[in-house]
Parts: sequence; C-alpha cells; structure tokens
Amino acid sequence: MNNLVPLPVLLPILGAGLALALNRRPRAQRLVSTVVMVAVVAVSAALMHLSDRLGPIVLWVGAWPQPLGIALVADRLSSLMLVVSSVVTLMVLLFSMGADEEERKRETPVSIFHPTLLVLSAGVSNAFLAGDLFNLFVGFEMLLFASYVLLTLGGTGERVRAGSTYVVVSLLSSTLFLVALAAVYAAAGTVNIAQLALRLPELPDGIQLVLQLLLLTVFAIKAAVFPMSAWLPDSYPTAPAPVTAVFAGLLTKVGVYAIIRTQTVLFPDSHLTSLLLWAALATMVVGILGAIAQSEIKRMLSFTLVSHIGYMIFGIGLASISGYAGAIFYTAHHITIQTTLFLVTGLIETRGGSTSLNRLGGLAAASPVLGILFFVPAMNLAGIPPLSGFVGKVGLLQAGAQAGGFLPYLLVAGSVVTSLLTLYAMAKVWNRAFWRPRSAEPDALELVAGEEHSGGGAAPGVTSPVTTAPERARRTRLPRPMVATASVLVLLGVGLTVVAGPLYGYAERSATDIVDGVAYVRAVLPEGIR
Amino acid sequence: MSPNLTLVLISGLLVAAGVYLLLERSLTRILVGVLLASNGVNVMFLVASGAAGGAPIIGVTDPQDMSDPLPQAMVLTAIVITLGVTAYLLALAYRSFQLNGHDEVADDVEDAAIRRLAEADLASDSYDEDVEGQPDEIGRGTADEEGERVPAPDPEAPDAPELEHGDDAEPPGAAEPDPDGSAEPDAADDLGPPHEPAGETR
Repeated sequence: MNNLVPLPVLLPILGAGLALALNRRPRAQRLVSTVVMVAVVAVSAALMHLSDRLGPIVLWVGAWPQPLGIALVADRLSSLMLVVSSVVTLMVLLFSMGADEEERKRETPVSIFHPTLLVLSAGVSNAFLAGDLFNLFVGFEMLLFASYVLLTLGGTGERVRAGSTYVVVSLLSSTLFLVALAAVYAAAGTVNIAQLALRLPELPDGIQLVLQLLLLTVFAIKAAVFPMSAWLPDSYPTAPAPVTAVFAGLLTKVGVYAIIRTQTVLFPDSHLTSLLLWAALATMVVGILGAIAQSEIKRMLSFTLVSHIGYMIFGIGLASISGYAGAIFYTAHHITIQTTLFLVTGLIETRGGSTSLNRLGGLAAASPVLGILFFVPAMNLAGIPPLSGFVGKVGLLQAGAQAGGFLPYLLVAGSVVTSLLTLYAMAKVWNRAFWRPRSAEPDALELVAGEEHSGGGAAPGVTSPVTTAPERARRTRLPRPMVATASVLVLLGVGLTVVAGPLYGYAERSATDIVDGVAYVRAVLPEGIR
Repeated sequence: MSPNLTLVLISGLLVAAGVYLLLERSLTRILVGVLLASNGVNVMFLVASGAAGGAPIIGVTDPQDMSDPLPQAMVLTAIVITLGVTAYLLALAYRSFQLNGHDEVADDVEDAAIRRLAEADLASDSYDEDVEGQPDEIGRGTADEEGERVPAPDPEAPDAPELEHGDDAEPPGAAEPDPDGSAEPDAADDLGPPHEPAGETR
C-alpha cells in the first residue's frame, strides 16, 4: 500500500521520457500520455480513499534509516489535491488532443507539449506529496521548469516577452526559497516537515517568526497573493489555451497548499491572522477591480484567478477548522472551475477568432453549446446558488462570522463584494461576447487603445484601424473532441455541487487533521525520533 | 555554533550584487544576477552546515570530526537546478535577440493600452473647448510609455505621425488621407518606432 505513494510522481516522469522518445510518432505519444494520466488519476483516487480510511500513508524512499531519507506523505489534504489536479491535467491533455493538426503545428509543437505537461504533473504531485521542505522545493522546480517551457512554447515574440517576466519572478522566488531552506536548516538542523514540527517550537520566537515569514513570502509569490500578484495576469494569457488552463488550475494552488501545510504543521501557534486577512482582502479587491477593467477574456480570467486566491487566504488566515475546511473545499472547486473557464475561452477563440470583447459578438446565436459551456462555470465562479462556488463561499463566510471581530467581518463583506463584482465581470463577457450582435464596426475605445496583443504591434491608423491586426480565421464548427472534453469538465464542476456534502465533510476531516497536526507527525516519525 | 564571518560576508556580497543585476532590463545581466545570487545562497548553505570538518565517509573520518554532508547534497541539487536555469535563460535571451534585436524585458502591452485609454478619456473632455481644430494642451503630444510627453508632430510636415486619439481634432496636415499610411512610424507602437530599439526610449 505504501508503494502507491510515489506513483503519482514516478508514472508521469517515466511517461514523459517515453513520450519524448516517441516524438516522431504523435499517435503513440498521445496514447502514452493518456494512459499515464489515467493511471495517475486512479492511483490518486486510491490514495484519497485509503488515507481517508487509514490516516496518512508514508513512504520513506529508499528505506534509509528513518529520519535521514526522504519521506513522501499522502494525507487527506494532499491526496484530495492530487485527485483534483490529476483529473484536471488529464482533461487538459484530452482537450489539447482535440485541437486540429493545423492549429497544433502553429501553437503547440506536440512533440514537446506532451512530455512537458507530464513533467509538470509530476512536479505538482511531488510538491503535494513532499514530506520535507527540500523535496517541496524540488517539486516546485520541476513544475516551474515545465511551466517555463510551456509558457514560451513556439517562442513567438509575445510569449518570449511574457515568459521573461514569469521566469525572472519565479527565479527570484526560488532563490528566496533556498535562503529560507538554509535558514531553516541552520536553525533546526533538519528539513523534514514532521521533525521540524517537533523542533521549531523550541526555538526563540523571533527566529520562528523570521522563518515563517520567509516561507510565507516564497509561497505567496507562487500563489500570487497581493502584493506579489502582479506577475500573473501579465504572463498567463499569452500561452496557448490548454497551457493557460493548466497553469491557472494548478500552479497557484500548489502555493496555496504549501501555505496551508507550513502554517498548520510547522507554525501551529503563530497564526499571523491579521497579516493574512489584510493580504486576503487586498488580493480579492485589487484582483477583481483589475478584472473589471479588462476587455480581453483571458486577461480578465487571470485577474479573477488572483482575486479568488484571496478567498483561500481568507480561510487560512482564520486558522480555525471551519476556515481551513472552507479554504480546502474552495481550492478543489476553484481548480476545476478556473481550468474549465480557460478551456472554454480557448473554444471561444476558435469560434470567434479572438478573445477580445471588443471584437466578439453574437456567439450565443452562433453557437448555443458554447454559450452553455461558458455560462455554467461562469455562474459557478461568481457563486450563484446552488453551484459549488456558492457552497465554498458560504463555508468561508460562516467561518468568518464564527471568528467574529472587526477584521473577519470586514473580510466577509469584502468576499461578498468580490463575488458580486465577479458576477459583474462574467456578465460583461456574457453580454458583449454572447448576446450583443456581432458588429462590423470596431469600438471607439478599441480605436484608441489599439489591439496590440493580437496584432503584434499593429498600428491603429486612421484609414484601416482594425484590418492591420491579423484576425484569426473563424471557424464555423468547433472541433468535437474539444467540445466533449470541455463539457465533461463543466459536468465535473456541476458534479462538485452534487457531491458537495461528502466533499465538504472530507474537507472538514482534513482540516481537523492538519489543525490537530499530531496524526501527521506520528505517521511520519516513529516514536522517540526527534 | 558560531557562524563563519567570512562566508557570511561573501554570501551577502554575492546576493547583493545579484539582486542589483536582477533589477536590470537586459536578460543577460539578469542571468549574471541569477548566477551571482544563487552562488551567494549556496555559500549560505555552507554557513548553515556549521564548522568545516573531514570528509563524511565512515571509516575515513571519526564521526565527531565529519562536516555535515546534508547541506552539501542540497547545494549540489541547487547547482544542478541553476545550470538548467542558465541554459534556459540563455536560450530565452537569444530568442529575444533574434526577434527584437535586443534581449530586454519589454513592458506589458495591455498595460500600455489601458494607460492610453485613460489618457484618451482625459483628452476627450477637453476637445470640446477647441473649436478651431487645433490640438489643445493635452492633445498636443502623445505620451510614451513612461508618461513623458513626446514632442507634438508638426502639423505641416507631410509625414507627421497621426495623433492616435485625435480623430475629431486632426491637425490640418493629416486631414487628407495618406496614400501609404501604413509605412509611418507609429507613436502607438509599443515596441517603439521601428528604427530604434525600445530600450533607448526608456
């Protein structure tokens, strides 16, 4: 049973090697990556079931004497994250296969795409399973390297520009992570999370606080918490739709997971409640105001992504069982929904030839299916009952009300306002891209603002303001496999509502686990080792 | 454990120099900055590992005199990762050089577009006061990315760049359509006028 634990890391890595070796045979490559991801989903589901029944499952890799080696731990929280992330990766993989040959050649060279996506998946799994901080760092580096390649796929000017910002920010956070690791090792003499949980409380308070803030800063950069969020909306939208979708779903959530893990296991007594709650409020409000200002769907969604990270930080900042439960449920919900929305935006781009609200129009009449595929997850993101976004938000609001006091109530108000503004942003997309008749005349605003993102610096001159920017060829029919995959994801999002009761129960059990903290340490370390 | 002051100073110096270079625009300098900073952090791990000792091999050194091998293993991993980063950044800088003729990190295009939108909003309020068709104070020049005024184009010059937000207040020279308007240097082009690299405008 313990031997299941490393499989979510091992299978994608081996699959990536095999897929790279098969780079001249696209069909075999697709088969390999699909089989591997299906296997990872199955293993993760098994881990989720087992860890729920039997408690955390631990594997000391290589069977070194116990506190020395590297531990992989699958407890309730990490296996839930594994299941959601692997399902989402599988869906994105299937979606990308649906793109027709011509588009793939232009946007995503397939021989690199599949192996890199598998490495990304391995990195994400490794970060979720890591039982020591250094292994967490390695997991982060794996997923970051894969994301560098995916973000600059094809190496167009726009992607190189966006990629440079992303890479530099990620390098900075990795360097800070190493500094934090050196500090942790110097202070406590170990980087094993369970051992740290025992040793850190003995350190002076000041040193504990420095270590905590260092780790928090590192993970907040990865999770795009305000004020470290500016890199995200700048770099995500230029990548191909499946890549943006998997980034939006997974990468920031790994940061959120790492914050939850370190805050609960390593620093259970120092909650930093007011710091986290203020950061959460700023993330929510600044993010959603940014989203409202955008007229490009991918960028708008990137801003809502930042904004909704604030909800998870809100739950973490409350540091109560109900707060963590809300944050965990919200994370699972948000991974699914945000990925779905980005994939559907990819479909909109295929059908409408653009993702700019200034150019789209009449999509509801042209493609009702696309309308449904966008509408359901958009309402889910905004938190319209009875969808899962509503359930997650109500959980967080209840946790805030339970905590009481000025700041939690301020956050409650902030989340309601953010939710409303999310609805406004989604309604803006709906009205302009779907309901408005498609107009031949470009908007006055567009004339002024220019549309460089799609035209690569095309000039809005007086005579031909728009035609200078090459518009993507519009398709009359959407590729069937892509629609099918997106529909499955939309259904999964709705399915989260159906299973919201059991899932919320599971989230509460994992929250109890991590607030308690004892089960984790006891499972990793046998008695007597400190 | 008392830390080794020399190592601490070296580490601080390397990280400081690295951070300075990271703040540069050119990817090559950023790369050098990353290398310096990561070496600084690697030295920091040596500080964390405590006093230096013999090789940590059982049978060669007495366990009391061994130096701590674990931080060294971490440093090795970090060095390997830095190697990968270096290769990737070099490729990125070269690609950027291929595409743009320089390897500088460019500004976000959408930010610039939204800023122009805000400026256009400002300008449109004042256009009504100007019945003669002469651009007023705000409409006189277009702003570049830093918000600095670019000198107003001479309205009489035949190849004056058009004011991008001056549709209803066009200078007389731009009133007749230009036969090859597409060839004009364009003030709205985010990458700067084609004849000079973007870096020099900042």
